[in-house]
Amino acid sequence: MTDFTGLRLTCLRGERLVFVGLTFQLAAGGALVLAGPNASGKSSLLRLMASLLRPWRGELRWNGAPVADDLDAHRARLRYVGHLDAIKPMLTAEETLGFWAPSQSRLTPAKQARQALERFGLDRLATVPTRYFSAGQKRRLNLARLLLAPARLWLLDEPTVGLDHAAIVQLGEVLAEHRSAGGMVVAATHTDLPLPGADHLRMDDFAFARPLLDEPAPDENLL
Amino acid sequence: MKRFVRLVGRDLMLALRQGSDATIAVMFFVLVVVLFPFGIGPEPNILARIAAGVIWVAALLASLLSLDRLFQADFEDGSLELMALDSLPLELVALAKATAHWLITGVPLLVAAPLLALLLGMSRDGFGVLELTLLLGTPSLSLIGSIGAALTLGARRGGVLISLLILPLFIPVLIFGAAAIDSALGGLSARPHLLVLGALLAAALPMAALACAAALRQALE
Repeated sequence: MTDFTGLRLTCLRGERLVFVGLTFQLAAGGALVLAGPNASGKSSLLRLMASLLRPWRGELRWNGAPVADDLDAHRARLRYVGHLDAIKPMLTAEETLGFWAPSQSRLTPAKQARQALERFGLDRLATVPTRYFSAGQKRRLNLARLLLAPARLWLLDEPTVGLDHAAIVQLGEVLAEHRSAGGMVVAATHTDLPLPGADHLRMDDFAFARPLLDEPAPDENLL
Repeated sequence: MKRFVRLVGRDLMLALRQGSDATIAVMFFVLVVVLFPFGIGPEPNILARIAAGVIWVAALLASLLSLDRLFQADFEDGSLELMALDSLPLELVALAKATAHWLITGVPLLVAAPLLALLLGMSRDGFGVLELTLLLGTPSLSLIGSIGAALTLGARRGGVLISLLILPLFIPVLIFGAAAIDSALGGLSARPHLLVLGALLAAALPMAALACAAALRQALE
């Protein structure tokens, strides 16, 4: 049984403790929704899970093994969709996705891109330069990156921003499919994301409130 | 390897579609060189004497021009973050970007240089060596420059900062590039200078990859 856990994670950005002693657990097929006001550390936690940030204290574990021991393997099993859309206005939708398509696949990058675009209703725009895309279409294009190759862990930062109702339903279907195949989803969101049975993590509960006097000494390996 | 080629190809495609980046460097190169006869006067002997140095200094400045955008665009739109999570190591991402930079700015300089040498009245004996020095030297400029681009990522007025950081590091390339041409023109062998240029390139390859990747990781934190 696959599981992804975070143990007593503490995130330090600049000189601010974003959250302290945060612990979570996620099993195969599970979903975790991060809730909390702005600047409560939702994005930081997602970046931490994506190994873009390192925890100041605490550690992430995949099947009990520390993620920090094999970052390449961890990166291969996750897809991260952040605030920034990584879209170049001069490229078409197909070229944009094709660039991120994994090269070990038997299909050509263009073919892989087409399949992913179809799922998000963008196939008719495949050859249109993305500078003509609306905000919602850009978001869908960015979300289509999730489908290029199977990955166990999806990390979504505000995935519904700019999406209309139909697109949110579409995203819900994609997420449900991913979870029924044993995938995991972690999403930060302010709106209701169609993630039935998801655990909720309230970031407020881990806000820094007291001095860290009773914390154990930091483990050198994690810093 | 496939992903490396794909990244170089993407950068080339972006540069070609934007158009300006590729032509600005070579236009700047030509203009800087053309300014010298106006400033120094049209004395053929003097111009022929300083031709090698002028062309090399102009090449340094031209390759510096678009360096600040090397990682900046990908950093701002989040592409760099995704590249850090991709299967291609950041060291190779940096090398691929430097390769694309050289193809976009360095190669046009190779094409324009003989014309400018002709303009300054350089003797024909130096043309072959001039091209060889540029062929060996401009990739080093792109590689060393990419370190500066990675280090100044996210800094305000990064373009100016890059010039201050990187121009001193360009000096060895400049010295041996110009010296090779001068010795060829003076009837001596350019070989030792060319070998040093080759050694500089060989050293810049791994060092730029490692330094860039470290700087990029720092910027992404």
